Amino acid sequence: MTVNGTRYDRDVEPRTLLVHFLREELGLTGTHVGCDTSYCGACTVIVDGRSVKSCTYLAVAADGADVRTVEGVAVDGTLHPVQEGFWERHGLQCGFCTPGMIMSSVALLEQNPAPGEGEIRHAIEGNLCRCTGYHNIVRAVEYAAAKMRGEEPPAPDWEVPS
Amino acid sequence: MLRLPVVRHVAPTSLDEVIELLAGDGAMLAAGGTDLVPNLKRRQYPEAKTIVSLRRVAGLDGVSVADGGTIRIGALTTVARLATDDAVPEALREAAGAVASPQLRNRGTVGGNLCVDTRCHWLNVPDTWRQAAEPCLKAGGEMCWVAPAKKICWAVSSSDLAPAMIALDASVRLVGPDGERTAPVGELYRDDGLVHLAKAPNEILVEVIVPAPQGRRAGYRKLRRRGSIDFPILGVAASFRLEDGRVNDPRLVLGAVASSPVRVTAAEELLAGRPLTDALIAEAAELAGKSVRPMSNTDLTSRYRKRMVPVFVRRLLEDLAAD
Repeated sequence: MTVNGTRYDRDVEPRTLLVHFLREELGLTGTHVGCDTSYCGACTVIVDGRSVKSCTYLAVAADGADVRTVEGVAVDGTLHPVQEGFWERHGLQCGFCTPGMIMSSVALLEQNPAPGEGEIRHAIEGNLCRCTGYHNIVRAVEYAAAKMRGEEPPAPDWEVPS
Repeated sequence: MLRLPVVRHVAPTSLDEVIELLAGDGAMLAAGGTDLVPNLKRRQYPEAKTIVSLRRVAGLDGVSVADGGTIRIGALTTVARLATDDAVPEALREAAGAVASPQLRNRGTVGGNLCVDTRCHWLNVPDTWRQAAEPCLKAGGEMCWVAPAKKICWAVSSSDLAPAMIALDASVRLVGPDGERTAPVGELYRDDGLVHLAKAPNEILVEVIVPAPQGRRAGYRKLRRRGSIDFPILGVAASFRLEDGRVNDPRLVLGAVASSPVRVTAAEELLAGRPLTDALIAEAAELAGKSVRPMSNTDLTSRYRKRMVPVFVRRLLEDLAAD
């Protein structure tokens, strides 16, 4: 499979899950394991352009696929607009859900460059944040969407309009 | 971290090979794997030896509409595609859009959701938790923790698509070692938490056939604790045509209240041929509520879930009447 643009040819045990392959075989520990049963979304990665939960995805099923993880979204050390949005709009507290949130958001913006607030909330509905940071995460995605369209991001909530 | 048990994995390219492999000891069929893999991680299938993947068999995905308006949906079509394809009737799109979460809809398939295993609080937990008590019937034991008086498994039918498909009079095409057959979706199920599918283990659901809607009004409503992720703890699907202001060919189907989807024939008979007034809707909703007895085996209390049946039926019928 190709992971973040690099091709890997490996023999894996049939029971290896994609998240275990990424974390243990390739050392890409940015993809987290949360609930282990595909409820929480911490393990979200993008396979062939679609967000999936890698904790219940067999590695052998990704044979030949194009896989992207949170390690692959920044280019040459420059943060992806979604990462920049999480930074600028305080889209994280503990950070555990963040890799999954970022991958769901990246997948959304590739399909829909101008999502409304409702569309953003639906796009991240399969990702749980236990710090209850959803509000700022939505603002982070709005920031990224504007940036990717070449527009000025909306002012942060905490800035009082003059 | 939960890991899978040691299993083999085979992904043949022909249906014949899949059927042959499924006859083997401990063979488990996988499409998207979003139901099978978590269940395997929780060691719910101790007999599992081989995962037989359908994914390399060509021609099993896609949505097409025939000249007469009949809609054919391949079993490997993703739930996400079903939720967004304009050729798919709105009721099915609603049901598909309510399945799990975006990531699982991208991976899970139509055939997989129709065949999704029955669920129960006593079973869908990691095996270390399950070992704390005597195993229930579905875990290979001799008793049921939900209703210990009888040796019956009450695990809940948890498909969102099944009630909607039944309400739309859809059929499934199954291919097995002795050839193929077509059956109404409702006949795919048995009201038995242990063996909930009325098909041989090596019969494969390859396609769903939805008749042309021809003015049929239809919808699906779902109850669950959260607005996403969760399996249904009540699903309500209804459909009918209005002819001269009167209800024609009504169908009312409940999901997640038994081990199979439940058609409320008493309410259908009440609705048929009558003008769809608020009073009639209320009466049909009450009949639906009386027709089922949810058990204490899934999220929220059985009492609350039973009380929500008439509420959800009434709301759906009111919405459809106003369409």
